[in-house]
Amino acid sequence: MTQKKTDEQDLQFEEAMKRLEEVVQRLEEGEIPLEEAIQLYQEGVTLSRICGQKLDAIEAKITQLVEEDGQLKQKPFSVEGDH
Amino acid sequence: MAMQEIMSVSQLNRKIKQLLEREEPLQDIWVRGEISNFTHHTSGHMYFTLKDDQSRLKVVMFASYNRFLRFLPKNGTKAIVRGSISAFERDGVYQLYAREMQPDGLGSLYLAFEQLKEKLAAEGLFAPERKRPLPRFPKRVGVVTSPTGAAVRDICITIRRRFPQVEIVLAPALVQGSEAPPSIVKAIRMLNSHPGIDVLIVGRGGGSIEELWAFNDEQVARAIAASSIPVISAVGHETDVTIADFVADVRAATPTAAAELAVPHCLEWQERVRQLEGRLVRAVRQRLDSARKRLEGLANSYAMRQPGRRVEEAAQRLDGMQMRMRNAMRNLLQVRREQYGRLGDRLERYRLSEQAKLQRKRIDSLRQTLEERMRLHLARKQQAFAARVAQLEALSPLKVMQRGYSLVYKRAQLVKSVEAIEREDLLVVRLSDGRIEARVEDVVREGKASDAKENG
Repeated sequence: MTQKKTDEQDLQFEEAMKRLEEVVQRLEEGEIPLEEAIQLYQEGVTLSRICGQKLDAIEAKITQLVEEDGQLKQKPFSVEGDH
Repeated sequence: MAMQEIMSVSQLNRKIKQLLEREEPLQDIWVRGEISNFTHHTSGHMYFTLKDDQSRLKVVMFASYNRFLRFLPKNGTKAIVRGSISAFERDGVYQLYAREMQPDGLGSLYLAFEQLKEKLAAEGLFAPERKRPLPRFPKRVGVVTSPTGAAVRDICITIRRRFPQVEIVLAPALVQGSEAPPSIVKAIRMLNSHPGIDVLIVGRGGGSIEELWAFNDEQVARAIAASSIPVISAVGHETDVTIADFVADVRAATPTAAAELAVPHCLEWQERVRQLEGRLVRAVRQRLDSARKRLEGLANSYAMRQPGRRVEEAAQRLDGMQMRMRNAMRNLLQVRREQYGRLGDRLERYRLSEQAKLQRKRIDSLRQTLEERMRLHLARKQQAFAARVAQLEALSPLKVMQRGYSLVYKRAQLVKSVEAIEREDLLVVRLSDGRIEARVEDVVREGKASDAKENG
């Protein structure tokens, strides 16, 4: 997983969850045209897939900021006893 | 000096007391010294002396204040006392009126803590409205702590366990000793300048109060307050409270608790997504079921089973309507025609007989009126004529003379006044049945209604 992709997905997760909740509520209320219900369902499935993917246990890295030659550098950091 | 004012002792003491009390800097002071001559009076008030190797100061601490003491003062105890300076007029001594007292040593740290806390609170750095909410789904968590302590390990492991997708950026810092405050300040600033950090954890594991002291440093507190990223403080254990905790957006009791506050639990959210998925499927299935039921209901309906029948029925109804319409039209024409015929007849009759009868009636009535008027007119004329005749008769001179009146003439002229008559005039007097010739013997004039008495 690249850094960029993580960014995008994390950025959208909260919104996606919110929208998914709206979609489910709307569907549960009933009394909506069938076409709309099916559209909502399709949107909901897509949203839940996106949310699910985002919650997949992919470990992001742990880094530390170190000042070297007057510049900040980001270096890997390993936690004692973690591995 | 004769002009010198002479004061009484009490006047002087009162003046000194007033002078002391007017001196603002003396009204809230901290004094360090050793307690001696300590007396806890039965009234509850405490009286003692504070001394150092050169000087001594009388102190009174009233019961209302010493109730809150968290230690028992004893002779020889080194203490820090807070209070105000005033004079006791009766004895002519100034003394410290103590409000707070701490044993020195640890007490001096406590004093620094309290003073800084008060100062920063006054600046509004602890105000609830300054507290920012933490992001629900941080992408990156910045951590300021020692890279080697238990705290960093607790934080990393907790975050990994809860939400492994979150990136952790550690800014290593010294967390104890005199170098710790600038190191912590620098680490906070570093993370603030690093892009994409959503929340900061600043802290360290448990230790003695001296070991935790860097988190009571004013510069550290100000760096936390100045952070543009929300800060979770995590210093020591549950019972340790530092200035950093007051100024942070959220205080966590321990580093592990800070990590729990910083990120949500992945499983909770996976569970939520699963629940929403279930509800989604159930809801759409219900919607489809109800739609299918409606469809089946319609498909089984009479109309849908026999579509031709409905058209035939409609055609039949249409025919029936057309027939009824035609009949109605015919009937209507018939009725109208008959009505017209009858009206024509009536019109005819009305014109001839009715009109003639009417005119005849009018002629009759006019004639009658005319005759009536004629009759009336004649009667009126006859009456008028008779009246005139009667009038004429009444006016006739003969008729008057029959009632005894006579007419007098002089030379064939009717005499109306004695003026016209002289003595010896010859007059003719006419009566109704003849005439008399007479001579005037005398004329008597009367005022009015003069009458010639010369007849006969």
